[in-house]
Order: sequence, then structure tokens, then C-alpha cells
Amino acid sequence: MKDPDGLCDIFKRKAMAVSAIVKDVDSLDNAFEYAIEICKKKEACKMMNPGFDSQAKSEKIISAPGLSEDMAEKFADICMEQGIDYAQDSLRNHLSGIDIGFTTADWGIAETGTLVIDSSMEELRLATMISEIHIAVLQKSRIVKDSYELEDRLIQSMQKSPNYMAFITGASRTADIERVLAIGVHGPLELHILMLEDL
Amino acid sequence: MQSARNIKEYRKEIGEAIKNDFLRSAMDKFAVAYRDSRKAAFSDMNVDAIVEEVACAKDSAIENMDKLYEQFKENASRAGIKVHLASNAREANEIIAKIAQENNASKIVKSKSMTAEETLLNHHLEALGMEVTETDLGEWIIQLRHEGPSHMVMPAIHLSRNQVADLFSDVTGKKQDADIERLVKVARNALRQKYIEADMGISGANFAIADTATIGLTTNEGNARLVTTLPRVHVALIGLEKLVPTLHDALRINKVLPKNATGQAITSYVTWITGPNDCMASKDSRKVMHIVFLDNGRRALAADPVFSEVLRCIRCGACANVCPVYRMVGGHKLGHIYIGAIGLIVTYFYHGRDKAKNLVQNCINCGACKSVCAAGIDLPSLIKEVHSKVLEEEGHPLQSVLLGKMLRSRKLFHTLLRSAQKAQKPATGGSSYLRHLPHVFSKEHNFRLLPAIAKTPFRDMWEKIQTEVKSPKFTVALFSGCVQDFVYPEQLEAAVKFLADHDVAVEFPMDQSCCGLPVSMMGEKDDAWAVALKNMKALNDTNCDYIITLCASCASHLKHGYAKILENGPTDKKTLEKFCSKVVSFSQFANDIVKVPAESFQQKDFKAEKSKVTWHAPCHLCRGMGIKNAPHELIEKSGHEFVRAKEEETCCGFGGSYSGKFPGISAEILAAKLADFKQTGAKTIITECPGCIMQLRGGLEKQGEDIEVRHLAEILHQP
Repeated sequence: MKDPDGLCDIFKRKAMAVSAIVKDVDSLDNAFEYAIEICKKKEACKMMNPGFDSQAKSEKIISAPGLSEDMAEKFADICMEQGIDYAQDSLRNHLSGIDIGFTTADWGIAETGTLVIDSSMEELRLATMISEIHIAVLQKSRIVKDSYELEDRLIQSMQKSPNYMAFITGASRTADIERVLAIGVHGPLELHILMLEDL
Repeated sequence: MQSARNIKEYRKEIGEAIKNDFLRSAMDKFAVAYRDSRKAAFSDMNVDAIVEEVACAKDSAIENMDKLYEQFKENASRAGIKVHLASNAREANEIIAKIAQENNASKIVKSKSMTAEETLLNHHLEALGMEVTETDLGEWIIQLRHEGPSHMVMPAIHLSRNQVADLFSDVTGKKQDADIERLVKVARNALRQKYIEADMGISGANFAIADTATIGLTTNEGNARLVTTLPRVHVALIGLEKLVPTLHDALRINKVLPKNATGQAITSYVTWITGPNDCMASKDSRKVMHIVFLDNGRRALAADPVFSEVLRCIRCGACANVCPVYRMVGGHKLGHIYIGAIGLIVTYFYHGRDKAKNLVQNCINCGACKSVCAAGIDLPSLIKEVHSKVLEEEGHPLQSVLLGKMLRSRKLFHTLLRSAQKAQKPATGGSSYLRHLPHVFSKEHNFRLLPAIAKTPFRDMWEKIQTEVKSPKFTVALFSGCVQDFVYPEQLEAAVKFLADHDVAVEFPMDQSCCGLPVSMMGEKDDAWAVALKNMKALNDTNCDYIITLCASCASHLKHGYAKILENGPTDKKTLEKFCSKVVSFSQFANDIVKVPAESFQQKDFKAEKSKVTWHAPCHLCRGMGIKNAPHELIEKSGHEFVRAKEEETCCGFGGSYSGKFPGISAEILAAKLADFKQTGAKTIITECPGCIMQLRGGLEKQGEDIEVRHLAEILHQP
């Protein structure tokens, strides 16, 4: 094992404790395949707000705004082959929801199983908010012990204003009715974390 | 919210809340579940250390509030954020309304903000014809019901799924089942539309970081992310006390906040926003961003030597979660807008004396809030301080003035008790309880039997029972407190004999009187000071190693109360410190100092019958004095079968004069407490405070239960 401090294990345990689904992947291609599988299995995004979506939803939609151009092209091709729509236009045209938001996390915090995603780009931010399932790829080498360890890096980002930094831990949740835990309020109903081997 | 004009009306409202069965059972479940989840969340952390760190860091930020504001403003302005400072609630609301008008924003979505609740922002904007929608599920529910929050973190905790289903049926015009998962989805759908339509988003903030002009928001639902992303304008309304110098300060608070609030290690989302971000809904693709800082009395508080620490509050709501009174009446009755212990204090400063004057009296002084406060705020003391302020401004009620006058003179007080003993005969019928209450008490007080005053007070027995100890290991001064002196002298007698058996010499200074806690509780500061001074003199005249009391309330008042009451003189600091350091509880002295061995209970002359016993930890012992293990160990050593009660450390509902003022609440707390004890199957409840004994015995006697309540001293020394 190449995880001397056990950070990957702690991360995994903590993330799973808050209902995140955590899997290992060995490449980005592998992660794309996973996303496609999940997308095929799920029901199409149901929320309908009449008059706001540019098109009625007949097919499922994946968005992956943070990818490099060639990776995005590759992912879009795979989606097309599978009959899944790969969102090319602004997600503001899809505010009633998309099926999968696919992102790559900047950091992971082991102590709490938290993903740290610089969401300054609006499209990326929206993908993590309006998707029913958020799938994030996290490189194992980017996992740190606790939030204090990221302090300097976070400050660097914050100094380059504007900046929108998101700590994401598990899916969106509430306990506002009778303190009963319910997953999926305003954000994703599920969070999948794909841990990419790069150690 | 508080609308009662006087304490009588307030008591009536409380009576109604107590009768709300759903509320009561929801609160009960919550109180128990919270305790466990908090413990689990902090299991691998030194809580005291991080609370201390948070307290220090917040104190320093509070001291530098103005500087941090200037620094934040400068950095924010450079980044393109417009920063405003509102001196009061109305000004904040007007600034925000103006921002909306200037940006042609008529539809507004809001994420949860206690500060906006404080200023009643929604009412202001709605009166101007704007549509404001709360997006936090709980906040949306109470907005639809036109209510205020009943908890800072869980604003709709007072409502059942059925009530929410009915509400959502009305709102959607479609019958909704009382299925929580589905109700949440109803909100998800309905509110998504609101986000999409909104021109402006209003958020609060948990942190305002001066170093980078970053605001931090912690949420679980993800609504704050949508509120700060979708609309073209973002306004954050932030109390000045949320300013911290660096990201490190915010991260530190965030290590405590979610754990203390809900037992979560971290919330689902923590969002850090620095400057106006991309926003494709704006013409120039850039968000319009304003930050309104609210003063509303905070800058004056920051400069106040006594009250500045209330600004440490990080709004976790834990003080309500553990409050036995909150558990009985809920947040609408134990708060105005801010609820729980912190609400009892800040209501006076943010919403005025009128809203605070009844509320501030509803503290039973059990110290549970202080023991879980994430920022180490001395909540119970500050509640008393606010109460004193109210009395100074409104005048002292006759009752507390008389009590104060009486307690100032030991002779007058004791003479009164002696004549009461003679006068009580018709009510006792020769038993040790008052079988019916004198007419000054209302029917509400009838939930327990009150004990009769003893025929011979301890001070009159002293000469006879004092024992000479040859070559004593320690010499102690005994502080009896009034209840044991005049009602339960046998408990003191048992202790004196027990101590003599273990080579401890006991002195009993005759000039001692009531410790003064009752007048402190009533906010009568001058009388509390005068009484403290007299007792200290009486006890200091002895040459003792320790001052011991068998009453946990007296002990913690002598030790910690006097340290505060007398800190400004006339006694010099060293004498005061020495006095306070000498004060120990009976159990602490017996177990930790004398180190009474288990063998001493196995000797022939300790003939006590061994039975199943349980322990009630008096508030002022387990929290006030910090003594938790000593009594457990002593009970174990005594050889009884010891069964711990689940709610061992929960208040019994007495609270001294509190139970006279709010008998309905005291009765309910007692009922819950007794039910918990019965589950242990113990035949004896042991405790270490005559006040608790009075309450527990009185309740059991009234219920006709065959369970006895004994003072620890009576268990350890059995003739």
C-alpha cells in the first residue's frame, strides 16, 4: 500500500459515514465509464419547472465543465454513444436539474471526508449544485490530514479574488422535519467519490 | 417571540406550551439524542482545549472589532464588494431594501440568517412589495406559518410531519402525505422555481475573514450555494461579531460549530466566497455583491467589561439543546428571536428590556448551557447580570427586596425560621412534611410536598454532637447552608460523625448564614455582596484547612459565586483566592482528600443494609464544582449495588426560588427526572444537595412512591 499515513483510508471511512459512495478508479477513462453506468441505471431527472428548460427532457444529461478540452471531447463522445446528452450549452438552461455533474476535486480532507473544489467558474459550480448525482474524481495524492493543512493553499486562492471555494461533504441533507435525516434537499441527492490511484 | 406584558402572562403562555404533547416528546427525544451525538462527535478531540482556543480568539477579535471591520472593508472594496455598516436593525433593512430597488430586484431568495431574523428583514422587504422566500427548509416552513424560529439551527423543531404535510398541501394545492422524504422533495421542487426567478439572494455568514475579505457559510441543504450563485445580486447581512482576522480562525471555529450544533463532524457544505464571482445572469457576467455589517448594539457590547463575552457566541444552539427549561417549553417561550441561554441574554441588548424582562427570569441556573458552550461563555452568570440590570431599571419587586433585607441580618432570618417552625404545626399534622400548603402558595405549587422545619436546628445541636478529635489529619470548617441547618440537621450530624471517624476535626462557626445564592438568583446584587462578606468573615475566623459543605449549591456559590461577587473588594485578592480555594464538597473531601478506603465500610460497625441505589448528580456539584467521580467511587466503596440513571446529570427542577416562580416547569422537570430514576429499579436515590433532596422527596412522597432519597453523608455514616 502506498498510503503511509492511512489518509486515503480515513478519507474513505469519513466520507462513507456521511453517505458518500466511494470507489477506486485507476484512470479518468475508468471514471467516465463509471459515470455512464450510474447514469444509465438512474431514472431521468424528474424535477420539472415549466417554462425554464430550453427543451423538454427526453434524455438524460451529464455535465462535466471542469475537464480539459480533449478530455471533455472524449467524455462527450462516450455519452453520445450511450445515448446520453452531454451538456454543451450553459447550465443556466438546465436549472431544473441534470442527471450527473462530473467534476475533479482539487483536494480531499481526510479528517472529515471532505472534497475541496474551487468553484469559481460558474458552470462548474452549477454542475455541483443542480445535478441529481454529483460524481467527483479525487486524486489520492491530493488528500491532506485536516483543514489546517490546506490553509496556505486556500489563502492563495482567496487572494486571487473573486473566488468561490466549496467544501463538500456527503450529499445535500436536512433534518428540519422532526429531526429525521433526509438526503437531497437543494443539492445533489447522491455524492460519488472516485479515488484515483496516483500515489 | 415575546408578547407577554408581565410575568403572569408569561407564566400563562408557558403553561400552554407545557401542555403541547408533541412539543414535549420531540424535545425529550432531542435532548437525549443530542447528548449522545455530541459526545460521539467530540470523541477524539480535547473539547476543553479547543473551546478555550475559540474563546481566546473570539475575545481578541471582539476587542479589535472596529479595526477588523476597516480591514475587511478595505480588502472587500478593492475586490469590488460594496460594504455597508448599519447602526441598527431598521438601518440594515433600509440599506438592503435600497440595494434591491437600485437593482430592480423584486423577487428575493434568502438562505438562513439569524441576523436577518434579528432585524425582521422579511417584514420590511415584504411591506415594500417585494417577494421574499426563505429557502432553508425549516425557515421556509416557519415563514409559511408566519412564525419565528424555535431553535437557531432547527427552526421548525416544534412542528410535526403532519403539520408540515398540511401546510404543504395548502401551499401546493395538492394533498401531501406526511412522509418526510416526500415533503422534502416538495420543498426541493417548489423552491427551485424560486431560485430561478429570483433577482437577488440574501445570505448571512458564519465568518467574515478580514485578511482576504472572504465570507464563510456553513449549510447542510445546499441552499446558500444556490442563493449566492443564481440571482444576479448577492447581499450578505452579517453581525459585526462574525469578523475574524484570518482563515485559521474560521477553520478553528468550524471544527467546533457543527459538532456542537448537531453532532456532525462538518456540515455538507462550507462555502467560502471572496469577491463578486462569475454570474451569467448579470449583464457584465459579474455578480453585484454587497455586504451589510450590523452593529445594533454590538460595538457597545464589545466595549462592555462584563458582557463582551456574549459576542463570542458562534450560534450553534447547544445552550438550548441541553437546557431543561427549553426541553419543557420549547424555543418560542424560551426566547424572543434568539432562543436558549444566549437568547435570554442578547434579547435585552438587541430587542430591548420589554422583550427581555420576563424571559431573563426563566433560568433554573443548572449550568448545563455553560458546560457545552462552544465559546466558553459564562451564560448563567450573564443571565443574572441582565436580570440585575432589568431590576435596576424597572425597580425591585417587593418580594426580592424583603428577602434581601432579611438575609442581610442573620439574626432576623433565623428568628423568622424559628417562629415558622412553631407556626407550621397545623400544616404538618406532626409529620415531617407540610401536608397542605400555606395560602401564599398557589395550587400550582402542589406537585410536591414541602418538608417541615426541624424542631431543633443543627446550630442548636452543635454543642452536644461536636466530637473532639485527637491529632486530627485535617481541620475543616463546616458550612451548613440554611436548608440543612433548619430542615435536615440529621444530614450534617451524619457527616460530622463520619468525619470524626476518619480523624477530621470539624468547626462550626456560628456567625454563618444563608450563602446568598437565593438573592443572587433574584438579581439582588447588593444583598448578595453583603451576605457573602459576612460568611467569608465567619469562616475565615476559623483556622481550617478546608471549608466543606454538604450542599452543592452553597459549595459552588461560595467557591465560584463569591469569587465574582467580591472581586471588586473590599477583601484583598489573595485572601479571596485563598478562601475560594479552600471550599470543597463533602464527597470531594471524603474521597479525594481524606481518601476514605473501601475497607472502612466492611468493618462490623458499618451495619448498613446493602441495597440497590442510584445517584442524582446535583447541577452545582457535577457542573458547578466539576465533581463527577468522587460520589460514584464512594458509593462503590460503600458496597451498595450501584445502578446509574441515564439522566443522572439532568436538573431535578428545583433551582431554589426558580421553582417558586415557575412551579409548572419545575413540576414537569421533576416528573421526567423521577421517571428516569424509576427505570433503574433502585430503592434509594443518593445525592449531595439538600435542595435536590427536598424536591425529589417531595415529588416521591406526593406520588406515594416507596423510594427513599438520602444524602451521601447518611449513606456513608450509618449508626
